[in-house]
Amino acid sequence: MTVLTKNFRDIELRIAKLNLPQGDWATEARTDALKRLRSVGMPERRDEYWRFTRPDVFNQSGTPPATVSAMEKEIVFSQVDALQIVFDDGIFNAKESDTLALEYVSIDRLAESSSDTHWAKSLYGQLETNGQKPVPRPLGSLNTAFATDGILVLVKGSAPKPINIIYNQKEETSDVTLHHVVRLEAGAELTILESGPAAARLNNVIEVDVADGAVFHHIRTQNNTKDNHVATHIFARLGNASTFKSFTLTINGKLTRNECLIEITGDDAVAHVAGACVGDGNFHQDDTVFITHDAKGCESRQVFKKVLRNGAVGVFQGKILVKAGAQKTDGYQISQSLLLDGDSQFLAKPELEIYADDVICSHGSTSGAIDEDALFYLRSRGISEYEATNLLTLAFLAEAMDEIEDEDLREMLTRQLEGWLERHRG
Amino acid sequence: MLTINNLHVKLEEEDKPILKGVNLTVEAGKVHAIMGPNGSGKSTLSYVLSGKDGYEVTDGTVNLNGQDVFGMEPEERSSAGMFLAFQYPVEIPGVGNMTFLRTAVNAQRKSRGEEEMSAAEFLKIVRLRAKELKIDADMLKRPVNVGFSGGEKKRNEILQMAMLEPKICILDETDSGLDVDAMKLVADGVNSLRNSNRGFLVITHYQRLLDHIKPDYVHIMADGQIVKTGGPDLALEVENNGYKDLLAGVA
Ligand SMILES: Nc1ncnc2c1ncn2[C@@H]1O[C@H](COP(=O)(O)OP(=O)(O)O)[C@@H](O)[C@H]1O
Ligand SMILES: [Mg+2]
Repeated sequence: MTVLTKNFRDIELRIAKLNLPQGDWATEARTDALKRLRSVGMPERRDEYWRFTRPDVFNQSGTPPATVSAMEKEIVFSQVDALQIVFDDGIFNAKESDTLALEYVSIDRLAESSSDTHWAKSLYGQLETNGQKPVPRPLGSLNTAFATDGILVLVKGSAPKPINIIYNQKEETSDVTLHHVVRLEAGAELTILESGPAAARLNNVIEVDVADGAVFHHIRTQNNTKDNHVATHIFARLGNASTFKSFTLTINGKLTRNECLIEITGDDAVAHVAGACVGDGNFHQDDTVFITHDAKGCESRQVFKKVLRNGAVGVFQGKILVKAGAQKTDGYQISQSLLLDGDSQFLAKPELEIYADDVICSHGSTSGAIDEDALFYLRSRGISEYEATNLLTLAFLAEAMDEIEDEDLREMLTRQLEGWLERHRG
Repeated sequence: MLTINNLHVKLEEEDKPILKGVNLTVEAGKVHAIMGPNGSGKSTLSYVLSGKDGYEVTDGTVNLNGQDVFGMEPEERSSAGMFLAFQYPVEIPGVGNMTFLRTAVNAQRKSRGEEEMSAAEFLKIVRLRAKELKIDADMLKRPVNVGFSGGEKKRNEILQMAMLEPKICILDETDSGLDVDAMKLVADGVNSLRNSNRGFLVITHYQRLLDHIKPDYVHIMADGQIVKTGGPDLALEVENNGYKDLLAGVA
């Protein structure tokens, strides 16, 4: 017997107090996921995609406390006509939620779907499994094994309105694991919105299967308090001529790790992943993206912008993998940081791996301060240094914000950014 | 209105004196032109007046309507009525020209304790002024100066000047890079702002702009000093004989 190294011992510590839900259609997938986790171990600093981010807090058994905001929280998407689903510390809040009914859409809850032949059985943990290659995503497997709830969404046509998932944190040490499964059948359309700090420590997974010609939009705001620890994964599979667009705005939080793993399996599909973050002080935000092109004529875009100040740290690890035969791939990737002082840091690992010859792929990564000439130009017109800096900061974020197609949603998130700038004066 | 007294300026980074005792007074209602060879310190003077970083004032004072200019931030100088039309207007991706103009107009109003301009009123005025300068709706929508031609950038400077209604207008080589038609537009824009309460400091390398914007005084700057002052005829002298003879006469 070999001696267990640290990250294998961590599994037993991490899961000691967790229960693997038994006796329903997902049990087999959960058991398999635990096996996967045990075979790779918990993430460690020396793992390929954990060099820039410390995984320790996701491995430990206890949850570091995070202040629950005393203020009445403003719900970001409250103005949107949407089907609202509320989770308080990961527990479904039936009273605050709408009836789970929407034309062309069937919505169940993971925690209450005991039938043995649920449609989600063929997907739950399946896209997560696919996402483990070539690089393990242990927190994804941990999630599949132990998720306590989540929504299972089957879309058969064009959903008349978005699904708006609202997360509330109620307890200072809440530790939440949620797992959503979304399947869009051929030609179907759906938008999912997510907002709110879900827990002191959150592990959230969304598996999305986008069939031929289907269109999926995802807009998320992670408006945390300063102490939250968040790890999320999106595992997506794209069919022929399908569209997948996901945007995340991260505001505050001590540690946020957002992974997005996309397999493009159908020709002429489009995958866009974008994000903006603003962090002040004890803030570490990590976007780790892996897009695999395994079909012809597909387009993928990654656009990430980070505003960092007072020692905040931003991480971007983005990969475009173009498999042999994925001709006419159009891959684009940009990651940029605006460092508002000398203490902040941006760590980037952009990667291209291409096995087809007829492709266009480009990537770029930059780090910079506020443009002094632009700042002076604005001030010379009477705009205060503070206001000018804000204008330039929003301008910097604009390329990422423009990835949000819907103008009203873009406007709502821009107001969140303005609010943050207002609260975080120099 | 604007009084520059014995102004000495060096670069902050190195011990290189650039302005070596500039004296100049611009009265309300008057147009002063400054001409001079490249590198004589004309742009430096305009930057120091508007408060750009990187220069150190080693001696002298500048006074704007009784206020000590060097005690003011760039935005305070602007609100007090100072305006510089840049030789090289700055491109600002991501900030819409219209947003920029409205923010600037309202920031100045606020600092003077006036009410903000309503969106409707602002739109009305900006459209009117833009039309006079042949600036189309598209140019107003685009990010500040991004993708503008040289002439468009200069017209955009004059539009900002018209919107902000400054007391002292400094134009730094606003004619450079302009064809005859564009120069005419810019000159018309400037002339329409001339009135008895407003002073102008027009920096130019060539005489031709002064055919359109008739100055009251012409100053020649060389090696960080104003070496000669005269009437409009002085500009013609430069045009005909160049700086060489003129400067030789001074030395
Ligand atoms: N930021 C700077 N760094 C280095 N040299 C400068 C800087 N600004 C001005 N200078 C120098 O100062 C002198 C005057 O420049 P400038 O004011 O631009 O002249 P003008 O506008 O009359 O052509 C030149 O020799 C120029 O090289
Ligand atoms: Mg110059």
